[in-house]
Amino acid sequence: MQWRNIIYQYDGSFDGLLCCVFESYTQKERPTAIVCDEDACLFEIRSVVTVPEHAARVSRSLRKLSSDVLPLLRRVFLTHLPDKEMAIYRFIAKLYREGTPYLSRLSDDAYQPLLRAARQLATEVEHLRGFLRFSIYDGVLGAEIEPKNRVLPLLRSHFCERCRNETFFIYDRTHREALLYSGGRSRIVPLDDFRPAPPDDEESEYRKLWKRFYDTIAIRERENPRGRMSKMPKRYWSTMTEFQVPAEPVGKPKQETLSGA
Amino acid sequence: MELLDKLTVLADAAKYDAACTSSGARRGFRTGMIGCTSSSIVGCCHTFSADGRCVTLLKVLMSNDCSYDCAYCVNRRGNDTPRATFTPRELCELTIGFYRRNYIEGLFLSSAVLGSPDRTTERMVAALRMLREEYRFNGYIHAKAIPGTSPELVTALGLLADRLSVNIELPSEASLRRLAPNKTKAAILAPMGQIRDQETESKAELVKYRSAPRFAPAGQSTQLIVGATGESDRHILRLTESLYGRYRLRRVFYSAYVPVVENTLLPALDTKPPLLREHRLYQADWLLRFYGFRASELLDEEQPDFDPRLDPKCCWALRHLEFFPVEVNRADYEALLRVPGVGVVTAKRILVARRTGPLHADDLKKLGVVMKRAQYFLTCSGRLATPLRLSRAGVLASLLAAERAALPAEAQGEQLSLFEKAGS
Repeated sequence: MQWRNIIYQYDGSFDGLLCCVFESYTQKERPTAIVCDEDACLFEIRSVVTVPEHAARVSRSLRKLSSDVLPLLRRVFLTHLPDKEMAIYRFIAKLYREGTPYLSRLSDDAYQPLLRAARQLATEVEHLRGFLRFSIYDGVLGAEIEPKNRVLPLLRSHFCERCRNETFFIYDRTHREALLYSGGRSRIVPLDDFRPAPPDDEESEYRKLWKRFYDTIAIRERENPRGRMSKMPKRYWSTMTEFQVPAEPVGKPKQETLSGA
Repeated sequence: MELLDKLTVLADAAKYDAACTSSGARRGFRTGMIGCTSSSIVGCCHTFSADGRCVTLLKVLMSNDCSYDCAYCVNRRGNDTPRATFTPRELCELTIGFYRRNYIEGLFLSSAVLGSPDRTTERMVAALRMLREEYRFNGYIHAKAIPGTSPELVTALGLLADRLSVNIELPSEASLRRLAPNKTKAAILAPMGQIRDQETESKAELVKYRSAPRFAPAGQSTQLIVGATGESDRHILRLTESLYGRYRLRRVFYSAYVPVVENTLLPALDTKPPLLREHRLYQADWLLRFYGFRASELLDEEQPDFDPRLDPKCCWALRHLEFFPVEVNRADYEALLRVPGVGVVTAKRILVARRTGPLHADDLKKLGVVMKRAQYFLTCSGRLATPLRLSRAGVLASLLAAERAALPAEAQGEQLSLFEKAGS
């Protein structure tokens, strides 16, 4: 393949990225970057149209090598790995070149970063299964999260099963999208802004009970702020009930609770 | 008493129980019920308290109004402390309210002895039955079986709960006699044996009939207090091993003794809880369960206690230098697991990664090997990972230096003085 200074632009979907791979192999060229939004730059930009058949052909070729590759790449695509499009592209190119045995070279420079990113994504999903907090607004459960990775597609099955009889939504502040679930059906939709309603009496009561339980359950003689922080990084705290000061009817809003260990 | 105050009293009384996991049970969704615990086999931590311990369950006592007088316990009869008892309905409302908001994975219900073990268990069964049947709760329940309860009641409890536990409390019968005069070894081991047998029976039944009642599907666990009495680590670890073997426990929890009461039989009130010792015991516990070590390998009569400065695996490795170095590209899984700095996940990765070609020293780090520990014990294609071959004392000193930053301040001080002694 020859090296041309060309940049691919795709629609931001996983299939779109696979179409970039298809484009590169049919045109016999290697892109220097794959971008989603248009930035003025010196290099030639080609917009790659997402064609389902092209994506399917790439998927099929990957599936032929191993059934694990596609699920891994889909997960990597949800992470915030810097320049993940090119990382995925380089990995696929190397996999085509070397074949299935490449998949056991876990420490290879084009492979290991993907594995690490996928692992971090899995950790964040695992964390949020526990650290996510619902509030009940008129019988509807609502939660807000601020994840680094796009975790909603992976949280979906867990919460849909756990709250099967409920109606709920989870709002992702970072990526401005929401998971909606009602009557057995769920959807992920983009949502620009969301402001939660103030809690009613019962909701405030439960928050108070939970905060009290949380404060009581710690053994003072064993206090271990470092241990707590390594298992539950502070970036999750802002959306967790136990670290919020209950909304006082009057008085100044307190912010310093987050820093108090 | 208001619910908030009750919760405070009864959570405060339950906080010394170490077990707080929702692992080992798969409860799929069932129509008309609330919740499930099928997300993952390892359980789910919902938060971590200020002491760094995982909070998964609403951990409370049914009541702290105890008729026993165990010397080490806050709830003992003779202690002047506020007393409270939940009604079954209060407990159910709390559990459901917390569960729906994703605060918890389920309920951990223990209790002080209200009158007699049977009366207490009856009340617990009544509350759990209401939770399961009236409130249709399908989440995780961990219930304490109180030593001395009649077998029928333990059965009733096991059919409602996912996991049962009987606390051993103190690691030897002599200590029990001294500090917990109302409890005996026989009374503790009887329900343990019963739970083991009924669990096995229920598993066999389930194979035959899909709808057979499930008895404690997540098995049983126990807890013992470390540091209240004089038993050695070796004694505790051997006890642990026999509990895993003979009673098929899923977990043994250790709880560093926190002095809560003044008693001449107990350590003084200003004693610090032996947290580092507890940590080393947990590390050794992992070695027993996942790394194929035996208690007799880790500690023997000459060395009955762990060196607090190093983890048990490093200590073992230093005493068995003849086993090392292990060749990364050839060693089998069991041998890799014995290398300090190589865990279960890493060992499995090594097995996969070496299929396509020999591994080099710089690959190891990427695979997750902790080189600051592993470097002295590994070779890559015959080459040692460290350029120099060190003596046992040299490896020990390097390992201690590498671990020092991670140790709590007290242990660090201790170590410095040791070095000074060695230097002078």
